[in-house]
Amino acid sequence: MEIPVVKQILSANDEVAAGVRDALAQQGILAVNVMASPGAGKTSLILATAAGLPARLRPGVIEGDLASTIDTDTLTARGIPAVQINTGGNCHLDAPMIRAGLAHLPLAEIDLLFIENVGNLVCPAGWDLGADAAVVIASVPEGHDKPYKYPGMFAAADAVVLNKADLVAYFDFDLAYFERGLRMVNPDAPLFVVSCRTGNGVAAWVNWLVGRAKR
Amino acid sequence: MHELSVTQGILNLALDAAHGAGRIVAIDLMVGELTSFVDDSIQFYFDILGKGTAAEGALLRIRREPASAVCGQCGHAFRVGAPLPPGCPACGSSHLRITGGSALRVESIEIEDGDSGR
Repeated sequence: MEIPVVKQILSANDEVAAGVRDALAQQGILAVNVMASPGAGKTSLILATAAGLPARLRPGVIEGDLASTIDTDTLTARGIPAVQINTGGNCHLDAPMIRAGLAHLPLAEIDLLFIENVGNLVCPAGWDLGADAAVVIASVPEGHDKPYKYPGMFAAADAVVLNKADLVAYFDFDLAYFERGLRMVNPDAPLFVVSCRTGNGVAAWVNWLVGRAKR
Repeated sequence: MHELSVTQGILNLALDAAHGAGRIVAIDLMVGELTSFVDDSIQFYFDILGKGTAAEGALLRIRREPASAVCGQCGHAFRVGAPLPPGCPACGSSHLRITGGSALRVESIEIEDGDSGR
């Protein structure tokens, strides 16, 4: 006997994500899912963004890593409330982890929540975390072919940041080729070319983000 | 590694749908070509997670949803694979939208009973 089911395999995750989204909306918090490969500059972009935010928008961070509290230590040293989630080998964050992480953050003191996903250009794109926007960071040393090789990740982005732009002369990085690949999978997401090290281009990205804030 | 949590999702949906009606002998899945899920890996985890449940030993029949795109310029619809093409094969425009290949669904389950023919 065949029983029709037709259900999304990740529906359990999606239901928790919907709850997270509601909880954040009630608090007036804008949540951003930050995805990139390891070393592209996720924490650097969060730090540079936090430094450029108007005082009325107070940042907070959920940090996802396989192991260690290195990133959380860096953030809390700058006075940014942060909670570390160690996935213990899991290659992405999921919605139940975010729900658990929220309980450890002073939500009344946060307006902009960065969710720093595990460094990986594959599976994080498959899990809805209940965030309002997804930003994908690519970096110059990774090469200009990333949108072609990881279409799912770049298709999931509401904004794309190309970091380490100050290194472009050293890596034969073809920005036009990168952007062509990006537009194939994602015609609409704005592309911000930045250097977190020099601060170049960060203001335009911060402006975009501030424009989406809920208060 | 992410196949583990996906496989747990498959098992939960199948057990819910079976509602204790009997042993689950097969589960039909639709997995998009553009998803990063490996058939063998899902079956491997399923064999472990399903032990001791009504779905123990069930066969996973995985169908692949083809990846497809449509051109935003001329409307041409076509199949794609990874790596994606640099432009529309009909008009060359790079304004493409991915329209298929990201499915991840349990379509149906098969329960052992009198008219299964087994």
